[in-house]
Amino acid sequence: MLTSVIVNAIRMGTIFLFGCVGEILTEKAGHLNLGIPGIMCIGATGGAVAVHLFGGKVSSPLLVLFAIIFTMLFAALAGFLYSFLTVTLQANQNVTGLTLTTFGIGFMKFFSKRIYDQKFFVSLSSAFKNLFGLEKNTNPFVQIFLSHGILVYIAIIVAIICAVFLNKSRRGLYLRSIGENPATADAVGINVSLYKYTFITLGSAIAGLGGLYYIMDRSGGTQIAEAPIDSFGWMAVALVIASMWKPLLAAFGSIVFGGLSILDAMLTTLPLDKQKIFAIFPYLLTVLVLIMTSVVKNKNNQPPASLGLSYFREER
Amino acid sequence: MNNKIALELRNITKRFGTKVVANKNVSLTLYKNEILSLLGENGSGKTTLMNMISGIYFPDEGEILIDGQPAVIASPKDAYRYKIGMIHQHFKLVDTFTAAENIILGNNEPYKLKVVNSRVKEIASKYGFDIDPQKKIHEMSVSEKQTVEIIKVLYRGADILILDEPTAVLTPQEIEKLFAVLRRMRNDGKAIIIITHKLNEVMEISDRVSVLRKGEYVGTVNTSEVSEKMLTEMMVGKKVDLKIDRVSVEIKKPLLEIRDLTVKSDVGTTSIKDVSFYIRGGEILGVAGITGCGQKELCEAIAGLRPIASGSIMHDGSSIVGMSTREIINRGISMSFIPEDRLGMGLAPSFSITDNMMLKTYGDGHGPFVDRKSARARASALIDKLSIVTPSTETPVRRLSGGNVQKILVGREIESGPNVIITAYPVRGLDINSSYQIYDILNEQKQKGVGILFVGEDLDVMLALCDKIMVLCHGEVMGVVHAAKTTKEEIGLMMTGSLDKSELKEYGKAKDSNLSEEEWKNAEKEMEE
Repeated sequence: MLTSVIVNAIRMGTIFLFGCVGEILTEKAGHLNLGIPGIMCIGATGGAVAVHLFGGKVSSPLLVLFAIIFTMLFAALAGFLYSFLTVTLQANQNVTGLTLTTFGIGFMKFFSKRIYDQKFFVSLSSAFKNLFGLEKNTNPFVQIFLSHGILVYIAIIVAIICAVFLNKSRRGLYLRSIGENPATADAVGINVSLYKYTFITLGSAIAGLGGLYYIMDRSGGTQIAEAPIDSFGWMAVALVIASMWKPLLAAFGSIVFGGLSILDAMLTTLPLDKQKIFAIFPYLLTVLVLIMTSVVKNKNNQPPASLGLSYFREER
Repeated sequence: MNNKIALELRNITKRFGTKVVANKNVSLTLYKNEILSLLGENGSGKTTLMNMISGIYFPDEGEILIDGQPAVIASPKDAYRYKIGMIHQHFKLVDTFTAAENIILGNNEPYKLKVVNSRVKEIASKYGFDIDPQKKIHEMSVSEKQTVEIIKVLYRGADILILDEPTAVLTPQEIEKLFAVLRRMRNDGKAIIIITHKLNEVMEISDRVSVLRKGEYVGTVNTSEVSEKMLTEMMVGKKVDLKIDRVSVEIKKPLLEIRDLTVKSDVGTTSIKDVSFYIRGGEILGVAGITGCGQKELCEAIAGLRPIASGSIMHDGSSIVGMSTREIINRGISMSFIPEDRLGMGLAPSFSITDNMMLKTYGDGHGPFVDRKSARARASALIDKLSIVTPSTETPVRRLSGGNVQKILVGREIESGPNVIITAYPVRGLDINSSYQIYDILNEQKQKGVGILFVGEDLDVMLALCDKIMVLCHGEVMGVVHAAKTTKEEIGLMMTGSLDKSELKEYGKAKDSNLSEEEWKNAEKEMEE
């Protein structure tokens, strides 16, 4: 029982982890991208397009690869659009992000209806699941660590790479300085706009993978148009705060969030309305973390100082 | 002296929008092995000109020559390539990073802090800096931050250094240290431009002085051949009287009486301890002390912005402890505090001058609509009176230069017709002309019978302007002296705590207090309960 809870928590958490790491990179560049839920939908659509085009025509590993590339391309394009609006045109980040989310949800519904064939997608979903072929093994260790699809491992690897990049590398230092104080970064000769574009776009591409993971692995290809990816996206944004902008903490946090978000489904003995109450747990946790970080005013756990602010060099 | 030209500006012009011309046809020459002062009033375009050399702005017309070759400085990166480093007035540092991390930012060198730390220490010992490379910026004092800024540009091998008002936020001792460092750098072959308003500093540190007036170049002179008076005239364009008058006014009853006041700081330590003093109507009481000795907490306590730990504050015979800020303002006590960074306190940056004028009087109007008309009239009166440089009354405050912003803040406080004025560092960073306008306004208010608490930095000014001076050291009063009967040296000793005159007599209690001793005791008891 416990093993299956952990396994499901990890898998559920993977969706959040992709979105969260993507958003962390974006926020470290000083941009609050509330379009992440929509970008995850757009990413999922990209993956569905790849499956639709190549499914049955190429081998399974190639199909997974194409799906990943398409997902990242679609999501990156959305992120690029967001960058153009908020970096170059200095549009309000909140409004732009929320609009992008609304757009992304509609985009997914519109296109997936035209290309989605449930039988076809379900049959191809096995390519995304169970990387090592050990899903039937009942050993708890194997279940917890080796029974997942490839995207689960990619998510964790991406989180680790991001943590190392942000804390140990020169370019990571530059990126953080932009989120903290873009005028400073500019004055020492760092190309602020280039960094912002690069990491907002890259962050979006990573977030998009969360959508792909949901439709092809977690849900096993059973739903696209009605997939609640946007609500997972909001959880991912909440996880950024709960993990205090630290990718490694986000990896653990995603499992906690994953566990909390499947709680309602596990408590099947309770009446439905009482089950649903447990869905607020992840948000409750986020609020608690917010309160704690505000009370303990440690400078190292605060959001990037110029998060949400546009930067224009000649502003006085 | 080595007479090689390091930097030359030819006919530089820079406009902001179509209306504001920040620099017009400015030409300037900087030699190696020299310190050049750039002098000008607020809004005369000094910072804009320097920003063009450091690549923040790009000139609309004219050319820049470095080592005799035409140079195109389109970004800060280009400036670094030409070995130009600027130390900005508002520090450009990332608060959550360490000194070393800030120093290598944008350097494109390997992220190896050990190597960086040892190189930083090398530079520090060469020029006589004191720095811990592993300390985080938000834990540093203002002067430490400035050290990081200077080392940052030296680390990148800058040969031309530009310092924008580096002394505005330093104590006299820190200024001495900075000047020693600057001289060492000059003798090492660096070319240095320093922007400052303080004429005595110009005379002390620089070899030559270039003067700007309203964005135009006036001329360059050798420091040894001019006097402060001549420089002021070049700067202002007319003869000015450099004397501050102490107007004598008939003695009135105490307006504000404070006894045994104790106030805690934000982190819970005691910043003001058992302080007693009083201000009479028609009197300017100066408060001298090294920055951070409780001046801010004292001002905030009187204005009702900070709860007090113990003691009493009496205005016109009744206690104002526990009153809201609004009630205290309504009683006629106004406070204007100019913080170290000079921005952010008391004004809304994106509001126009008119709207800022209304911020404190919003409650006075009739009906639900704002009365912009009268506010606009008051705004333009203020602009005329203080000669504030602005395109119109509707220009957002953040578009104006620092000095002009400050004039609006101080002007608004005085305009509201208070009977007690608490003003801290009202001339911080202001040029001569504006400073004297502020002193004149304070004297005018004094003649009207207003009691003024003047928290200042420049002891020369305080000695000339104030009637009495109270000296603070670590939150305790070292004594109150008559400005006419004391010397700068005596106050200096009191500031550092080497001289304590507080025991000599009952300095903080007025003989003609509004309250009898019995009433004071009652007030004390009430506080304790």
